[in-house]
Amino acid sequence: MEIWSDPKTMRKQHPIIAERFPDLHPPFAKQAAVLEANRCLNCFDAPCTAACPTHIDVPKFIKKITSLNLSGSAQTILDANVLGASCSRVCPVDVLCEGACVMHRYNEQPIEIARLQRFAMDSFHAGGRKLRRKYLGSRAGKIACIGAGPASLACAAEMAQQGFAVTVFERRELPGGLNTYGVAEYKLTASASLREIELIEDLGVAFRFGVEIDPEGLRRIDREFDLVFIGVGLGQGHGLKIAGGDHSDVVDALDFIAAYKMARITNTSGKVAVIGAGNTAIDAANAAMRLGAEEVSIVYRGKRESMSAFDFEYEHAKLEGVRFLWQTLPIHVRADGGTLEVLHCTKVDDALRPISGSEFSLPCNLIITAIGQSPLLSLLESAKGVTLDKGRVAVERETGQTRNPRYFAGGDCVNGGREVVDAVADGKRAGTAMARQLEAAYARF
Amino acid sequence: MPDFEVKFAGIASPNPFWLASAPPTNCGEQVMRAFDAGWGGAVWKTIGEQVTNTASRYSSIDWQGQRMMGFNNIELISDRPLNINLREIAEIKKRYPKNAVIASLMVESKREAWHKIVSQAEDAGVDGLELNFGCPHGMSERGMGSAVGQVPEYTEMITGWVKEKARTPVIVKLTPNISDIRVIARAAKRGGADAVSAINTINSITGIDLDTLTPRPNVDGKSTHGGYCGPAVKPIALNMVQQVASDTGSSLPISGIGGIATWRDAAEFFLLGCGTVQVCTVVMHYGYRIVEDMIEGLEGWMLEKGFSTIEDFRGMTLPRVTEWKHLNLNYKIVARIDESKCIGCDLCYIACWDGAHQCIHRDRVTGPVDGPVELHATPASIEAVTRATIAVTPIPKLDGNARNGAKNVTPLERIPRVDETECVGCNLCSLVCPVDECIAMVEVPTGLAQETWEERTRTKECAAPPLHG
Ligand SMILES: Cc1cc2nc3c(=O)[nH]c(=O)nc-3n(C[C@H](O)[C@H](O)[C@H](O)COP(=O)(O)OP(=O)(O)OC[C@H]3O[C@@H](n4cnc5c(N)ncnc54)[C@H](O)[C@@H]3O)c2cc1C
Ligand SMILES: Cc1cc2nc3c(=O)[nH]c(=O)nc-3n(C[C@H](O)[C@H](O)[C@H](O)COP(=O)(O)O)c2cc1C
Ligand code: SF4
Ligand code: SF4
Ligand code: SF4
Repeated sequence: MEIWSDPKTMRKQHPIIAERFPDLHPPFAKQAAVLEANRCLNCFDAPCTAACPTHIDVPKFIKKITSLNLSGSAQTILDANVLGASCSRVCPVDVLCEGACVMHRYNEQPIEIARLQRFAMDSFHAGGRKLRRKYLGSRAGKIACIGAGPASLACAAEMAQQGFAVTVFERRELPGGLNTYGVAEYKLTASASLREIELIEDLGVAFRFGVEIDPEGLRRIDREFDLVFIGVGLGQGHGLKIAGGDHSDVVDALDFIAAYKMARITNTSGKVAVIGAGNTAIDAANAAMRLGAEEVSIVYRGKRESMSAFDFEYEHAKLEGVRFLWQTLPIHVRADGGTLEVLHCTKVDDALRPISGSEFSLPCNLIITAIGQSPLLSLLESAKGVTLDKGRVAVERETGQTRNPRYFAGGDCVNGGREVVDAVADGKRAGTAMARQLEAAYARF
Repeated sequence: MPDFEVKFAGIASPNPFWLASAPPTNCGEQVMRAFDAGWGGAVWKTIGEQVTNTASRYSSIDWQGQRMMGFNNIELISDRPLNINLREIAEIKKRYPKNAVIASLMVESKREAWHKIVSQAEDAGVDGLELNFGCPHGMSERGMGSAVGQVPEYTEMITGWVKEKARTPVIVKLTPNISDIRVIARAAKRGGADAVSAINTINSITGIDLDTLTPRPNVDGKSTHGGYCGPAVKPIALNMVQQVASDTGSSLPISGIGGIATWRDAAEFFLLGCGTVQVCTVVMHYGYRIVEDMIEGLEGWMLEKGFSTIEDFRGMTLPRVTEWKHLNLNYKIVARIDESKCIGCDLCYIACWDGAHQCIHRDRVTGPVDGPVELHATPASIEAVTRATIAVTPIPKLDGNARNGAKNVTPLERIPRVDETECVGCNLCSLVCPVDECIAMVEVPTGLAQETWEERTRTKECAAPPLHG
């Protein structure tokens, strides 16, 4: 197996990964983009804009494509969403902007908003453009962002654009959070995620990589910085708590996905069982298929109707060739002389009770667990004055402010695990509120 | 089955669809394929002294992703040798005796030159002659084309010369590049023309290449004004046709030209009095095959309306075109939105607020309010509410499997409402609405008798009508 662990090499895609994970939604050619953009009605108070968590002015950026004002179009996107390029690739648009498009009521396909957004953003990047500053010069006030995922990045970009000094602390080697390490490669390549973040670095945001903030680190930050944004996302996946679940070929979906995205693995062989039926399970199963697995089965205790993956993700997985085993509960993992052999399962009834006599063995060489991530409780609980609600940081929604007025939070650690665009919206709202707060504080001197 | 055979100023044609004098009628091989496709007649690409053309020659206006809404050319008359054109005309008349072949002519403004070309064309066997007094570029600099068609005296004189010689009907092709087209039509009539055709192309500069700063079409870094045609010019052509058709001073058969793309356009030209129509740009765009739909579509419409010949409805709309002062000021209509059709784009709302009379509102949920503009939420305040709302991605695991409303049902708050007490019946909302028949303009009885401006100023002994408006 080839090892590609040098983060620098991630600025381009590994050739095997590139071949196995081509664009799911290939980019528009110019003429096709203009035609599609012309199809948009330019609705007033457009429902697509209302449905987008970052409220991108969709008809405005689309109409700018029709006149080939592409930098203006990208600017409209970036004004609302600094990660407009990655959102255009990863947003579940069926339940967002495109799901709200009036074309559904017009017996027509909705406007391909996300692909148009990508078209404008790609041209922005290709043209070597930079993010706009809203305040020229620097202002008093030091901000720390914990985590370099979409939430923190949006917050940091907003603050930096407004002239404040921002430092981002990230435990990994690369920025982007799940945008870089988690999202399916056929939607967003790690390299595209990083390219977008370079523009945020350009604004002067300082990044400290390889720094895991623990309660002690948080105390130091508390002393050094005026305001703190917590954007740490969610923690490790829940483990498989059955006999044999600690075998080394039982891996967490997030680790598996990060490994292939970093090209630390470029190949999967034999049969694979994926436990869980959320979006992460689907991503892991699709990836295993594309990496060469002989057979991939999703093992889920509930029925099709209760799976938490989006409908379009389920449909996509079927096209990739993934098998679904509904109402199936894993009982134990059997290994023979160290190598993984079978996953023993039982069928369950609607109340999730095992049906006796229905036990069967699922041959497999790799088990991927995708049964939800747990919150990063130890860190969050150590932030003084910050309160949690069912493991999520409690905030005022409009500002992201926690019970400690110097602490703000957003993204998965606040909303329990939604999407990239939700994290960006949270980060931007918090950044705007934090800037306002600092302005008011320093104006007094 | 409707009968499409027409006799236009004495020229018989199996149907009224002719190709205009232009590239589609450049040579015999083309015209034969056109007749095979179903075209009734062809006005040959203008012949005269052989010319040299430039490269490039054409440019166009695209509209919202659609190509060639308007088309522009700087090409001159035929650049083929005259004798070859004449030989091919003769050959075609032999092979297609039923189809109408008309020679379009343009020579220098000398009596002998015109006499000569007329006899050459007629000897080749054409069914009629069209005098190109309309070409607005190139030829006009040489004292031909629109240089003739813009001066009534020249038009009358040259038409007269042609008529001295011609044995076949003579059609004068009118230029639109003049303030009152009727003046030239009357001159043509005085010169003895048997018919007119209108319109030729309109002076135009279609656009400028923003990289090279050169206008289009680019000829080695320079350009010149050209002649504009294609679907964009139809309204101008219809107006000019109507002016000529309603003018008692010209009263000649008219061959309608300008932006005809479908049978619907053709029907409109017939309704304003045309006896045949001529087509160029759409054929250059899609080829001769489009004539099938022109014939079939018109046939279907005629059957539906109970017309069996073009004559049955030719000119029928003319009495309905009148002067503003004869329009009924007591006719009131208002816009009505069909809720079941509305898709909630709210284009009617913003159009009425920004471009009309602020009488469409988004207050179905908050409670309807009738009356002046101050009482209502403005577009900006409506948008501000939306932007301040926190929207999240609905996640099955966190939000249950609830979908936020069926995608194909328009939420009530997005269906606008017309305040009929304020609506002036201008049509704007119904024009912007993307859904067919969603906004109807409905008549509301005023109980008042019809009254025109002329009647009102006469009966009330008002002062002179305002000069503007
Ligand atoms: C497998 C998978 C696929 C997904 N696919 C999609 C998709 O297709 N579309 C979509 O819109 N969303 C998708 N999501 C969801 C999306 O990735 C998240 O909602 C989004 O990334 C949340 O952003 P965040 O900034 O809150 O957290 P994260 O992206 O998780 O970023 C948090 C960052 O904080 C760092 N961090 C954590 N603790 C510390 C600490 N103590 N010290 C320093 N740094 C720390 C982490 O290393 C990480 O970089 C997916 C999620 C997963 C798991
Ligand atoms: C490329 C081109 C060349 C033309 N050449 C002539 C010509 O030689 N003689 C003429 O009378 N009209 C000429 N015309 C005008 C057409 O006959 C016709 O009047 C005009 O195009 C309007 O019709 P349309 O809108 O269907 O194109 C030409 C038009 C085009 C586009
Ligand atoms: S960010 Fe996502 S939800 Fe918003 S408009 Fe773009 S693609 Fe749609
Ligand atoms: S709802 Fe659809 S048609 Fe309307 S503005 Fe948005 S993308 Fe365009
Ligand atoms: S323009 Fe038509 S479809 Fe759009 S909101 Fe108005 S009535 Fe409804």
